[in-house]
Amino acid sequence: MNANAKKIRVLVAKPGLDGHDRGARVVARALRDAGMEVIYTGLHQTPEQVVETALQEDVDVVGLSILSGAHMTIAPRIKEMLKEKDMGDVLFLVGGIIPGEDAEKLLAEGNADQIFTPGDPLDKIINYINGRVNINRKS
Amino acid sequence: MAIRGVLMHQLVKDLLNGNRRAAARLITIVENEDDQKRSLLKEIYPHTGNAFIVGITGAPGAGKSSLVDRLLQQIRSDGLTAGIIAVDPTSPFSGGAILGDRIRMQDHALDSAVFIRSMGTRGSLGGLSRSTREAIQVLDAFGKDIIIVETVGVGQSEVDIVKTADSTVVMLTPAGGDSVQTIKAGIMEIADVFVINKADLPGSDRSATEINMMLDMNGEKPWRPPVLSTVSINGEGVNELWLALQEHRQYLEESGKLLEVRKQRVRRELTEQVEYLVKTRIWEDVRDTIELDDLVEKITKRLQDPYSAAGELLEKINFFKEDQGEGV
Ligand SMILES: Nc1nc2c(ncn2[C@@H]2O[C@H](COP(=O)(O)OP(=O)(O)OP(=O)(O)O)[C@@H](O)[C@H]2O)c(=O)[nH]1
Ligand SMILES: [Mg+2]
Repeated sequence: MNANAKKIRVLVAKPGLDGHDRGARVVARALRDAGMEVIYTGLHQTPEQVVETALQEDVDVVGLSILSGAHMTIAPRIKEMLKEKDMGDVLFLVGGIIPGEDAEKLLAEGNADQIFTPGDPLDKIINYINGRVNINRKS
Repeated sequence: MAIRGVLMHQLVKDLLNGNRRAAARLITIVENEDDQKRSLLKEIYPHTGNAFIVGITGAPGAGKSSLVDRLLQQIRSDGLTAGIIAVDPTSPFSGGAILGDRIRMQDHALDSAVFIRSMGTRGSLGGLSRSTREAIQVLDAFGKDIIIVETVGVGQSEVDIVKTADSTVVMLTPAGGDSVQTIKAGIMEIADVFVINKADLPGSDRSATEINMMLDMNGEKPWRPPVLSTVSINGEGVNELWLALQEHRQYLEESGKLLEVRKQRVRRELTEQVEYLVKTRIWEDVRDTIELDDLVEKITKRLQDPYSAAGELLEKINFFKEDQGEGV
């Protein structure tokens, strides 16, 4: 009945210096095709920009795409800033070329809710988000 | 639920205190048609009416977001604050959307005097213009001096959104031949200012001439829309646009037109609200107490016609019972 019903809003962000956003764009399109609203902000975002955008856009999910290898500094930094802004409950995903050891550490220290690497099927990301974000808060 | 009500009230307080998170949450609430929406908007409404609202519409890729980015520079250097609502189409197939307007506005991402919100059209008839209008109310109460709404000028819903604006900029480009002939009727009439963007590309003079000719054929009008050329990637002509918008605002204020336009808007809102309440009440009753299936069955079998059935339905509905939840 209600065509304006709640949609999952996802910020797909590319922090850091690397200049490739093909992966981020593929993910963005897949999430759109799964019925989500994807806010995409382009390359070279600072952690401050990512967090401020997440705040203004009131997203349910922040997904970082990091190919530069700087994930161990960028992800904890953004996670910390999200918490500072009372957005600690936003689902926080990190994608990119993340070695297994680093992934374990990020997850163990609560600096990512889930890690995705280039080999992961897009459905895995979609299903994960759908499973974790409760879009029927009202009912 | 009482506790939740108190929390919600706090959200409005926070908004009025300049809390950006509260503004963001409230826009989500209006967008999602959340149950609390109407009671919150009631609290917000007395604090609205101060912002000047500018609509920018034009074909996909015309350069609207880039122009908004440049306009923001002008607005900020005049010491004014701004709210942006950037609307992008929702995919009719999936219901999802890629909202990419912010890519062009990154210079202002960390300016606390600027608040940018992306919205998908979400496909409900009339719903988009309503939620856009309500989002404008949130940003207005939030204290933004200028609110800019960016929409792709393709359909009726965009024209409806534009009716919410005090000044409307219609953007054209010389490329792609979207000259006067190809502009949708209805879009032409709503322009207070015409902008030919991408004036660095060939053909922009011709587009300007065509529009000027068309405007001259329309005869004398109290406000004759100026036709400006801009290059939003380098900022050419943007100062002229900002001046034209201020001039139009002055015209609206001095001629009494602003009041007239806003009255028309309030009248439309009021009508819409009444229709909305009536509709909601009808379907609430139908859902809770009235057997629709029987009627459908009868009508399908031609034992009854839908015209008299609708009349009978209406008689059963109690329009005057106490309202719960909506808080009317
Ligand atoms: N040559 C030229 N290109 C421009 C100009 N303004 C914008 N562009 C380019 O046009 C493309 C679209 O610009 P946007 O600002 O995103 O256009 P838009 O109208 O907001 O697009 P949608 O929101 O997708 O409808 C970008 O690649 C811009 O760099 C201009 O004045 N001249
Ligand atoms: Mg745009």
